[in-house]
Amino acid sequence: MVQFTLPKNSKIRTGKTWPKPEGKNVRKFQIYRWNPDDGQNPQVDTYFLDMDKCGPMVLDALIKIKNEVDPTLTFRRSCREGICGSCAMNIDGINTLACIYGLDEVKGDVKIYPLPHMPVIKDLIPDLTHFYAQHASIMPWLETKTNRPAKEWRQSIEDRKKLDGLYECVMCASCSTSCPSYWWNGDKYLGPAALLHAYRWIIDSRDEATGERLDGLEDPFKLYRCHTIMNCAKTCPKGLNPAKAIAEIKKMMVERAV
Amino acid sequence: MRYLTDRKRAEGKGAAGTGTEHHWYMQVSAVGLAFMVPVWLYVFGSALGKSHDAVLATFSHPFPAILTGLVLFVGMRHFAKGATMMIEDYARGSAKKGLIMLVISISYAVIAVGFYALAKLAL
Repeated sequence: MVQFTLPKNSKIRTGKTWPKPEGKNVRKFQIYRWNPDDGQNPQVDTYFLDMDKCGPMVLDALIKIKNEVDPTLTFRRSCREGICGSCAMNIDGINTLACIYGLDEVKGDVKIYPLPHMPVIKDLIPDLTHFYAQHASIMPWLETKTNRPAKEWRQSIEDRKKLDGLYECVMCASCSTSCPSYWWNGDKYLGPAALLHAYRWIIDSRDEATGERLDGLEDPFKLYRCHTIMNCAKTCPKGLNPAKAIAEIKKMMVERAV
Repeated sequence: MRYLTDRKRAEGKGAAGTGTEHHWYMQVSAVGLAFMVPVWLYVFGSALGKSHDAVLATFSHPFPAILTGLVLFVGMRHFAKGATMMIEDYARGSAKKGLIMLVISISYAVIAVGFYALAKLAL
């Protein structure tokens, strides 16, 4: 059955409060910490930063904490401009990218947790192994049967436009981990991110495996566990709409059956 | 601990090859019920509180009787399929199978009892 309470070893306790710096513009950060090596329950540590000496984004604050306060704080980051999707985390109750989420968008204390309902590797790092394997399962590449053309697979401007709003996905997992259906049935339901990518290849005019791709999604769980809750569209830090892509796949399924 | 690759775990047993029929049935029945239920509520409401003879007279007309039968059948099938999906969301293992069998049985029982009552009223 679905668990409505946290297991004993996942209950969060109050953690360490780090020293407060001097300054007039000091802000409080509450950050989820969990270390797999110490056998302890997760905890929320409290940090303070002088905002006059900190960059504008949440990631700037995290880097400052790691560099100047607590070097053990662990999180993923790379491009710091919303392209790599590494720094996805739950900030102020919203799954988003720390690098493009401004500290001015957060009211009050800044509360930072890892992406929800995923196994945690350490601190703010979720285990995305299954998420990536699900992405691989939808064959995110061009499948063709016709002999390769001499130069390139051609595509009209109109057909290329159909990929807008889909190709921009950076696989940060913010959408899938905000989806209650993915929380309950993430083992079988592909989730909004993988399905958005599936649709991206289904409607690609150059792809010749449309039927096989739809066959692979014809399943009560893989596709139809989407109940149009729309959390995915609300949370996507890139402003994409995975729910619409899923609805389009469902329409194609009906069109070929009815 | 099972030594499965990540890809095998994600693929599972593959696609079941069903789902679209269920999805389409729910769409069609939802639209049908959206039209039928308000009309049926008006018919049922107009007979509510009247004498036994007046109720018999209402349901002995073809339109109220057929509409009531349709609302019963389509409504209960819609309920059974919707509840099945909800159970699949939240329950696991034997509890899931048992609950699905229960809601399907309830839906058919309500249809059977409703049709019997309707027949007694209409015929």
